[in-house]
Amino acid sequence: MKIRPLNALLLHVVVLLAGVAFAFPLAWMVLTALKPLEQTMTLPPVWLPHRLYLPDTDPPVEARQVGRFERPMVRIERDDTGETEWVPREYVSGGELRVISSTGEETARFVHVLEEIDASPEAPWYRLRAIHPDGSLGEERLLPADQVTRRISLRWDNFILALRAMRMFPRYLANTVVLCLLTVCGTVISCALVAYGFSRIDWPGRDRLFILALATMMIPFPVVMVPLYGLFRWLGWIGSLKPLWVGAWFAPPFYVFLLRQFFLTIPAALADAARIDGCNEFAIFRRVLLPLVKPALLVVALFQFMATWNDFLGPLIFLTDQRDFTLALGLQYFQSQHGGTEWHYLMAASTVVILPVIVLFFFTQRTFIEGISMTGLKE
Amino acid sequence: MRTAAKLRLRNGLLFISPWLLGFALFVVYPVGATFYYSFCDYDVLSHPVWLGLQNYRDMLTDTVLWQALGNTLLYAAVSLPLGLALSLGLALLLNQPIVLRPLFRTIFFLPSLVPAVALAMLWLWMFNGQFGLLNIALETFGIKGPIWLGDPAWTKPALVIMSLWGVGGGMIITLAALQEVPRELYESAEIDGARARHKLWHITLPMISPVLYFNLIMGLIGVMQIFAQPYIMFGGNGGPSRSALFYAVYLYENAFTYNDMGYACAMAWILFLIILGLTLIATRATRRHIYYAGKAK
Repeated sequence: MKIRPLNALLLHVVVLLAGVAFAFPLAWMVLTALKPLEQTMTLPPVWLPHRLYLPDTDPPVEARQVGRFERPMVRIERDDTGETEWVPREYVSGGELRVISSTGEETARFVHVLEEIDASPEAPWYRLRAIHPDGSLGEERLLPADQVTRRISLRWDNFILALRAMRMFPRYLANTVVLCLLTVCGTVISCALVAYGFSRIDWPGRDRLFILALATMMIPFPVVMVPLYGLFRWLGWIGSLKPLWVGAWFAPPFYVFLLRQFFLTIPAALADAARIDGCNEFAIFRRVLLPLVKPALLVVALFQFMATWNDFLGPLIFLTDQRDFTLALGLQYFQSQHGGTEWHYLMAASTVVILPVIVLFFFTQRTFIEGISMTGLKE
Repeated sequence: MRTAAKLRLRNGLLFISPWLLGFALFVVYPVGATFYYSFCDYDVLSHPVWLGLQNYRDMLTDTVLWQALGNTLLYAAVSLPLGLALSLGLALLLNQPIVLRPLFRTIFFLPSLVPAVALAMLWLWMFNGQFGLLNIALETFGIKGPIWLGDPAWTKPALVIMSLWGVGGGMIITLAALQEVPRELYESAEIDGARARHKLWHITLPMISPVLYFNLIMGLIGVMQIFAQPYIMFGGNGGPSRSALFYAVYLYENAFTYNDMGYACAMAWILFLIILGLTLIATRATRRHIYYAGKAK
């Protein structure tokens, strides 16, 4: 297809802008995961995680930033108590500190100014405390930002600390992996059998029943949720992983549909030849068909893996004990306990939950994309 | 020959028996039971008590339910068309000769893989009123961003933005359809002097219309059941002024927080009917515009 240079340029600008918009949230998540807490909540934002070092030490001593000033500040000593503190210069005039409380009351205290600095948003000053080898912090020091040495440094140990803060992370991971294994095996085996029955054997009523199977995909989960809960409760399965994987062994229709699409493309002549040789139907399924449809089985396995890994509502309903939680539920539980402040840990934990999915995608990209494309193809 | 037919029937039923069992256990039984419970006072712990139409009557006067339904329909009415348009737009873009096309395809697709819980966490942070990336980005254009998740007017737009970030799946399906459109159609149109927008309108869109319809219906079924993101981000009560209380969230709350399972079952049936009705309307409205190759209609 020919395209004019100006249009081509415009096209690339649009795709680049869209690409940046789509990539930024994940990039921001990973960058946040690699920062120390004090670098997550600053304005303007810290883009790259870094460490700060005091300028006049040799070897350089690392310091933690405990605050920053962006307007002229003065350090004052209160005449009555002798306490010293930093306050904005505009609050002090003629030896008096004026403070307006939240109720609008104005109070004045006699103070005297010890020192002052000329900070601004363009030239901020950092409040720093040296980090001693034993982890304790030194006296607070105030330095102009441009005198502080800064080196980019990624806090990989955030991941370990975040997972430790999740407490039961190993359990969550083990539960999720077990569930993924059980559901993937169940789906692949049962759906392959059922799809075979719906495509390779000719029997009366087959296609009408298949339409029925497809139609059940429209049923929203809330419609079956309560009786299933009652059923699993009656079986004593609530609080175990069983309600989350047993269903996969009964051929979820979506995957049957995908496999059937694939099975229909295999020529019937192969099976007929085997039939003449006296193979029974199961042997044909096992020996002739299955080896030919491995890519489709892989697609189904991948999709089911993702579905189990990502599921939230199922675990939320059927799991009661924290020891049985999946990663998705565990992450939500962690957020409900630690949310709102420890963004670096929350982003690290989220990254850990997302990472396996993305790695898996990269290793199976071609199969994956083909599988997704297939879902849109109706007969 | 009759024995051969019988054998085929037997084998066919044997092969599909896992689905038959599952159909009975996980579809017929629960759908029927939900229907029965919807006429009962039921809390799972004790036997259901027949109430007649009481649950349905209660729904009529339940203002929270109407709010949840309104929220859900409003959210669907905005996020679904925008999502379809964006996935189509990105697919059309990627169908052009673009440098590094596979890279961009991956970038657009990856977000749709992010698990719902992690998605919610990520966007809780993105939408943070003070330090969130979104408001920082807006600030560079001189716009003071809202506090998003804390402002009743902005909770639903926030969820729409999140949903748009995840259109990658629909985009891939659309892209696959675009690549199936026979080149000859464009070539002969070019000979006839057709311009780009004519080709888009008269060739591309009709040829991929079955896939657009598929995305519409799947999107519709999904969007009406939205649960995980709002539940995680706003909790069961739906955030500020219940502005993010969605139908499925309120249904879950009724079933598992208030233990009013009968009421939840009635809600579930109404949800089912709404989805069926909307699907029917969408099908009716689009039927004449969908072109199935090889099928004379």
